[in-house]
Amino acid sequence: MRDLEAAPVGRVAVRPWRWGVGRIARLVLPPAGVGFAGLVIWEAVVRLQQIPIYILPGPWLILKTLVKDWGTLYPSLLVTLAIAGAALLVATVAGVMIAIVFTQSRWIELSLFPYAVILQVTPIVAIAPLIIIWVKNIPIALLICAWLVAFFPIVSNTTLGLNSADHNLLNLFQLYGASRRQVFWHLRLPSAMPYFLGGLRISGGLALIGAVVAEFVAGTGGTQSGLAYRVLESGYTMQIPRMFAALFMITCTGVLIFVALTALSHLLLRTWHESAAEREG
Amino acid sequence: MIVRLRNVDKVYANGVEALRGLDLDVGEGEFLSLLGPSGCGKSTVLRLVAGLGEVSSGRIEWSGAGGPGSQPTGDIGFVFQEPTLMPWATVWKNVLLPLKLRGLALDEAAPRVRESIAMVGLEGFEKAYPRELSGGMKMRVSIARALVTRPRLLLMDEPFASLDEITRFKLDNDLLALWARQQWTVVFVTHSVYESVYLSTRIAVMTARPGRTAGEVTVDGPNARDEAFRTSPLYNEYCRNVSARLAEAGRG
Repeated sequence: MRDLEAAPVGRVAVRPWRWGVGRIARLVLPPAGVGFAGLVIWEAVVRLQQIPIYILPGPWLILKTLVKDWGTLYPSLLVTLAIAGAALLVATVAGVMIAIVFTQSRWIELSLFPYAVILQVTPIVAIAPLIIIWVKNIPIALLICAWLVAFFPIVSNTTLGLNSADHNLLNLFQLYGASRRQVFWHLRLPSAMPYFLGGLRISGGLALIGAVVAEFVAGTGGTQSGLAYRVLESGYTMQIPRMFAALFMITCTGVLIFVALTALSHLLLRTWHESAAEREG
Repeated sequence: MIVRLRNVDKVYANGVEALRGLDLDVGEGEFLSLLGPSGCGKSTVLRLVAGLGEVSSGRIEWSGAGGPGSQPTGDIGFVFQEPTLMPWATVWKNVLLPLKLRGLALDEAAPRVRESIAMVGLEGFEKAYPRELSGGMKMRVSIARALVTRPRLLLMDEPFASLDEITRFKLDNDLLALWARQQWTVVFVTHSVYESVYLSTRIAVMTARPGRTAGEVTVDGPNARDEAFRTSPLYNEYCRNVSARLAEAGRG
């Protein structure tokens, strides 16, 4: 069969792991430019309209406050990050395990999936006070709240992925006498990877949101923890620039989580999946 | 004789009757084509022979080491209509798969994988991923994977149907060369009269659904088939004959 179509068709189609200065600049400069322009306009409006700082502080004042109050805000950031990170980790492990259980039998999935949906659609602000009352350990209570918000996309996407293995490949595995375990490790799990990573990206943001919401609820009850408590505290004491600084830190954390998970997804899928590989031509 | 199908019926769960009273013998070392219109149950026959489905009635009898009635799972290679490769695995890992599933040690499997890849002319592409390959090359990987177990019976379900004509002609020639060298038995599903005549030693013509064999044509062409055969009067004569059988089968 030699010499036929010997030309290496599409041989260079896979996107190599190249993050040159030019590529980063192309990705970062447009949104950074828009953001900078927005900040300039914001600062100008605040100054020109002489808006009081307890209504809307300008970005420059917020930045100065961030630097000044770093000693207070940074430990709070670590608390929030720890809760969100732990919740994401538990959501990932538990979510994948629940998805695996769902795919073992259609009946198990049909019986349990509605309860996963119920947990997802119940507003976390409504049940967070109960969880905080029931679970005396506050970090654990916050972790449970964040987990409740974060786990569903991983369960849902991974279940879909595990059920989406190519039917002809399933036939092929059957033909070669593959065991259930082999089908799972060599076919279902890799097939589910793009779906799982899509769910993980959503859950990353949700874990942070869940942690912040739970901290708000706990903070309203007087328990100190994390950046959300700093936002509340600053509101009570009319330190509005610090409130914005804490808010800015929450937003940046969310963006960083998303970027990190997107990079992980790209790293794992770039050689073979259409979502991460470069288009030919 | 490798396998014999007797009075086989197949009705799917949704009520579709794919086969009714199908009889078919597959002889050792032959290149048998199943020819029929789309939806006549050709692929169903292959799936039943491969053990990927159960007959509704009738029987499939195997001959060989396992004795009558036992299906020699390890002796079957299957090439699907689509290449059906694992997109996350390289060419090497795709071809290795059947041996890996059987628990063969890597040092034992590696020479066989290398040999299969060489057979289909893909040396140098071992580390490539499927998305880096053309349609014809993907199909070669699929054939290499089917060959790696050194099967006694190779089942091919319209493997070249989605390829352009130039690539198909090349793969037809390559397949014939491999068959001549390796001496397996091939059952090849196609709806192309021309392809079936060019490749086969025997053609079983099937009726429209519910499918059964309506007739057979033995092709006594030259052993080494090439472009000269494809343009010869003998080839044309066979094509005319097979087309007439197909038209008869269509009329029932």
